[in-house]
Amino acid sequence: MEHFDLALVDWSRAQFALTALYHWIFVPLTLGLSFIVAFMHTFYYKTRDEKWKVMTKFWMKLFGINFAIGVATGIILEFEFGLNWSNYSWIVGDIFGAPLAIEGILAFFLESTFIAVMFFGWGRVSKKFHMLSSWFVAFGSNLSALWILIANAWMQNPVGTKFNPDTARNEMVNFFDVALSQTAVFKFLHTISQAYIIGALFVISVSAWFLLKNRHLLFAKRSILIAAVFGLIASIFVAFTGDSSAYDVAHKQPMKLAAMEGLYDGEKNADLYALGFLNDRTDNLNFKGIRLPSMLSIMAFRDADAFVPGVNDLVNGNEEQGILSAETRMEKGRIAIQALADYKTAKKDGNTELANSNLKLFEKNYPHFGYGYFKNNEDIVPNVPLTFYSFHIMVALGLFFIAFFACLLYASIKDKLVKNKFVLRISVWSILLGYIATELGWIVAEVGRQPWTIQDLLPVGVSTSHLSVGSVQTTFFMFFALFTVLLIAEIKILMAQIKKGPEEGGSHV
Amino acid sequence: MSYETLQAYWWIIVSLLAALFVFLMFVQGGQTLLKQLSKTDMERSLLVNSIGRKWDLTFTTLVTFGGAFFASFPLFYSTSFGGAYWVWTLILFSFIIQAVSYEYRTKASNFLGRKTYDTFLFINGVLAPVLVGAAVGTFFTGSAFSVDRMNITNIADPVISRWETATHGLEAALNITNLSLGLALLFLSRVLAMLYFINNIDNENIIKRSAKKLKLCSSAFLVFFLLFVGLILTKEGFAVDPDTKLVFMEKFKYLHNLIEMPIVLVLFLIGVVGVLYGIFLGAFKTSPKGIWFAGTGTVLTVLAVLMLAGFNNTAFYPSTFDLQSSLTIENASSSKYTLTAMSWVSLLVPVVIAYIWYAWKSLSKNKVSEADIENDSMKY
Repeated sequence: MEHFDLALVDWSRAQFALTALYHWIFVPLTLGLSFIVAFMHTFYYKTRDEKWKVMTKFWMKLFGINFAIGVATGIILEFEFGLNWSNYSWIVGDIFGAPLAIEGILAFFLESTFIAVMFFGWGRVSKKFHMLSSWFVAFGSNLSALWILIANAWMQNPVGTKFNPDTARNEMVNFFDVALSQTAVFKFLHTISQAYIIGALFVISVSAWFLLKNRHLLFAKRSILIAAVFGLIASIFVAFTGDSSAYDVAHKQPMKLAAMEGLYDGEKNADLYALGFLNDRTDNLNFKGIRLPSMLSIMAFRDADAFVPGVNDLVNGNEEQGILSAETRMEKGRIAIQALADYKTAKKDGNTELANSNLKLFEKNYPHFGYGYFKNNEDIVPNVPLTFYSFHIMVALGLFFIAFFACLLYASIKDKLVKNKFVLRISVWSILLGYIATELGWIVAEVGRQPWTIQDLLPVGVSTSHLSVGSVQTTFFMFFALFTVLLIAEIKILMAQIKKGPEEGGSHV
Repeated sequence: MSYETLQAYWWIIVSLLAALFVFLMFVQGGQTLLKQLSKTDMERSLLVNSIGRKWDLTFTTLVTFGGAFFASFPLFYSTSFGGAYWVWTLILFSFIIQAVSYEYRTKASNFLGRKTYDTFLFINGVLAPVLVGAAVGTFFTGSAFSVDRMNITNIADPVISRWETATHGLEAALNITNLSLGLALLFLSRVLAMLYFINNIDNENIIKRSAKKLKLCSSAFLVFFLLFVGLILTKEGFAVDPDTKLVFMEKFKYLHNLIEMPIVLVLFLIGVVGVLYGIFLGAFKTSPKGIWFAGTGTVLTVLAVLMLAGFNNTAFYPSTFDLQSSLTIENASSSKYTLTAMSWVSLLVPVVIAYIWYAWKSLSKNKVSEADIENDSMKY
């Protein structure tokens, strides 16, 4: 089976994961910092206090350094859909392309036009227009996140679409179903609000470093106060949207939920595994640690008595719960694929009756279409330990951030921060925790949905471009080397800029 | 609107984005001139800051072009990007190294040093126009690929588009027609850059050097441009039978297209005259208006050239391997529903253009000068 050339699929995935994970180092900081800069710029506009101007300029400069590399990694990501996922681009391009185009037309131009005004507007444009430009940049970058996340959400929950057997692709039938699906809304809210956490942690980390060095005290305290408020609100919001996302996953991607929770045998009153380890059993004795009784059922279905299917139920089927086995679905999938081929042949031969009966057969079995490409039951199971640990560490960090921001806010208001070296040291390193949490979030979302590019309809193995493994390996290492070099450059420049401090080009604070 | 009208509308939008991108590649042209037009660090700084405030606009136009092409003609996106893998990858690679270079080149502790970042800018300045030209040249010369959409029912090997050369797109750069378009774009981007500098920078030396260099550079552009136009107008083209939808070779197809679509002919002629007049204004009058004529001319010319490739029953992305696999705006397009939905969004384009215009106008009330960038803490 040439198409299940595992090496090609794996390297194509590796290249996409590499680009996405690198891109996601820079983007959340752009999204979060853009609003923090806009707040500060507004305070400057309202008060005309030079100290706010210095702050605005300092964070704006760091924003710019980070923005450039986010753009650099972003362009590859967009074109990789075509470069490495040629089949995918045709089969779903009719739906997936539109958000990308809208992102370009509505968001990227807003962002790139006003970013120039934001950076170069000092003394060149009116103060009001300048301040508004900072807001346009923030809206523009967040708007671009909206459209790309709509596109991503649609892959996880393909609504508003119908397969057209004549063109052999999925076609959009309702734009608003795609753009406003529950999955898209939760994904967007969860993702941008955690990006605000990154923005807040970045400001806190840099400012805490100043406080430890006993430099720019007023500047640093003000920055921490703003960031702590912003971060606290964002982290509470992240918890709520995270819960909503899990609820959505339970309904749309039960296998992903089972992997996130390490749940093998489905059950009523399913426990939530709070803290502990997986061992290599494939039943519900796989977990050692603290369990919260019935909490998984409540989280997934808002009902303690609800049945939560596990990996084994989804693979072997569960008649009592009306869950089909993977084998049955693979069979139905193959029927759908064959019926599509027969429909096409019959139509070509002018046999309308045969064409129609095959079309009916195809439509009846279409919900299982993607399963037809698999051979083994295990093929439909994602990497459970990776998804499980990524999910649990992410959640633990998310809860930590709420407490952390609350503490900082309290200390800021009581003006006790400067003395508390311990908290300041944690604050300096907190940004790394933020990055770990956010990257793990993507691993949960993208590893957990395997083996699908489009849930139930298109496996990753059927999505790739027809390339040699060597070509993809070569570009993988090209990008890996380049992104790493640029990341080192970015970090060095950021460090140097931070050490220089905020005085440059403004009054001393 | 009918499906055919929508397809034509989106071909025009995609062509327009491509045309704007070619014009905005003056940024790339400028990147190849940093050494030649400057003698001091200050002069180089003026050049970099002048184009540096525009690079993101060029970049964004490229990204939007990609998104719009994907959304409106997904079969092109999947066939060309997944097939001509190497030529597109190299183009993108050159844009990655460009994106960080302006921001990082003069920053403290920038790891690679200013020279490296300026070299990055130069590489992007040369590779982008040459390779984009070579890739677009294949719209007229064809590529070796095959497409079979029903192959997704072949469980053992469900490949829709297959590229038939091992070089995956690099072969495009070896074809004389493609290469002449690539080199024409390279010299055009340099010509436009110099016209832009004359308009945007307040420095006698740079303006003088630009005006002088324009003459030679324009001649090189004209040689390659005329070679390209001559070659495509005299060659066989990829025609589509409107009834059977079969693709066949037709002698002088692109010349026929030019004659049969008078609007395109008019656009083309106005465009070429605009470019020539702009060059004349810059090279002989050192007039700041040169960029406007040459820029508008560039947009109209590219628009006309892409209409030649796609309209009048022509296959815009032809296959030399299997003629019937050739892509047309009809067989490669999105569904009627998607094109309609996006057409609604496209109504906002004038708003986008208006705010870009307003923002830039308020930002460039003054020319880029020594005093201007010396006081700017945000300068590159």
